[in-house]
Amino acid sequence: MSRASSSQHTTSAGAGHSRWVRVTHWIVAASVLTLAVSGFTILMAHPRLYWGAVGNDLTPALLELPVSRNYRHGGWAVATQSFPDGGSAVSAVRTYGILNQDGWARSLHFLAAWFLVVTGAAYLLAGILTGHLRRDLVPRTGELTRQRLWNDLTSRLQRKIRAAAGGPPYGLVQKCTYCAVVFLGLPLMVITGMGMSPAITAAYPWLCGMFGGSQSARTIHFCVFALLLLFMVVHVVMVATSGFGRQMRAMTFGMPT
Amino acid sequence: MNSAGVITSRRTLITGLASAGGLLLAGCSETEPPTYGKVLRMGDLLTYRAQRLLLPTRSLAKEYSRSDITSIPAIGTTDPADPRQWAYNERNGALYQRLRSAQFAGWRLRVEGSVARPGSYALSDLQHFPARTQITKHTCEEGWSAIAEWTGVPLRTVLEAAGIRPSARFVSFYAFDDAAESIDMLDALHPQTILAYGMNGGDLPIAHGAPLRLRVERQLGYKSLKFLHRIVVTDRFEDLGKLSEPRNGWAWYVGI
Repeated sequence: MSRASSSQHTTSAGAGHSRWVRVTHWIVAASVLTLAVSGFTILMAHPRLYWGAVGNDLTPALLELPVSRNYRHGGWAVATQSFPDGGSAVSAVRTYGILNQDGWARSLHFLAAWFLVVTGAAYLLAGILTGHLRRDLVPRTGELTRQRLWNDLTSRLQRKIRAAAGGPPYGLVQKCTYCAVVFLGLPLMVITGMGMSPAITAAYPWLCGMFGGSQSARTIHFCVFALLLLFMVVHVVMVATSGFGRQMRAMTFGMPT
Repeated sequence: MNSAGVITSRRTLITGLASAGGLLLAGCSETEPPTYGKVLRMGDLLTYRAQRLLLPTRSLAKEYSRSDITSIPAIGTTDPADPRQWAYNERNGALYQRLRSAQFAGWRLRVEGSVARPGSYALSDLQHFPARTQITKHTCEEGWSAIAEWTGVPLRTVLEAAGIRPSARFVSFYAFDDAAESIDMLDALHPQTILAYGMNGGDLPIAHGAPLRLRVERQLGYKSLKFLHRIVVTDRFEDLGKLSEPRNGWAWYVGI
């Protein structure tokens, strides 16, 4: 108990990451990595993205990704009219044996999603209760100006300032980025994920309606994934350039040395 | 000091997760969908339980208008009589070939298992039941989707005609290829779960499962088995043919 209550105070400036931040950070990190690998495996089965409610190989794509041998495979028999009385809808038989590893990938995806959702919810709750979000992540009143943002960004790019040594206080760009990931990116991944579910959208149609349809939700799901991937790359580069071992120890064992 | 604390909390966490998993497995009697002792199946079971607990059971999948109907690919088995198809079954394939050449006049759907009146139904018998037509979205597990109009008899109507025993928990479906599927009673009795013999105003085409296919609108496409010939109502969860999900590695409850 004393350990738990003292950890609430260790979030104050310069004292490193508190224990619950470290634990949730690594569970979320492992979940996101698993989701990325399994999600990409799912994407490879059908590397076409659409906008709207529906889309398939016989309708126009918004974006085709050359990420598996299924890309523009062209293995379709001659299409037949769907209606005896005409109309533009057709049906065609697929003659190509596609690459499809969706069985284990989807089950793994949802298993990892459970870890992300439960841990993410616990993080947000603890973040609110301990004041971590308000104190360390959300920019302070008056702090968020275009000039300060620009200064922080350029000085960071010119390596004039070092990244924080294992925990808060964070720089302005750092705060904004973490806020975007915590409050926007990851929640959007969960919501667009559910917006693709026939079971969940039957109960709550607005979940895919708010994105313009479940194929739009799928496209947004992919785009936000790409942004999160970019974040992870930059995040790891920043960690590496500011002392990889020191930062890893701080996020794993606590107090910076 | 602190590192020891982390290891302790991590141990606690792992122990906690393991016991949560144990609870899930312990609650998994023989009448429940199996977990197969694998971590992935445990996640599927958690999703199944959570959705059954949290989602309203009577919700309907969105239905569209005729102008929304789109093109639709035909994948998987598209002709059970074709020996080159990967789910080909020699005996059933030959039978399918004979039935098809007679426009399925000799085809019958057997309904058996935990029902008071096991029997079989010709296509015309099924068409004499009150029909349901629904324009719905087919969501393929691969990632694509399509809207089509399906006409058929609600599964509930057929099951009630056969007399569902109170002990019944699951309904299994067997197809002319080697595929088999099962759904729980909640999905089986859902008003949009139909045995479809018509598509887009015409007969159900061969490539889409003629003469009869299942439509389970609140699950992914692979649950909507094509080319049906037999329905078995069961009291317990059964591991079906070699192409049913438990054997081929796909989730029984798709979890999406």
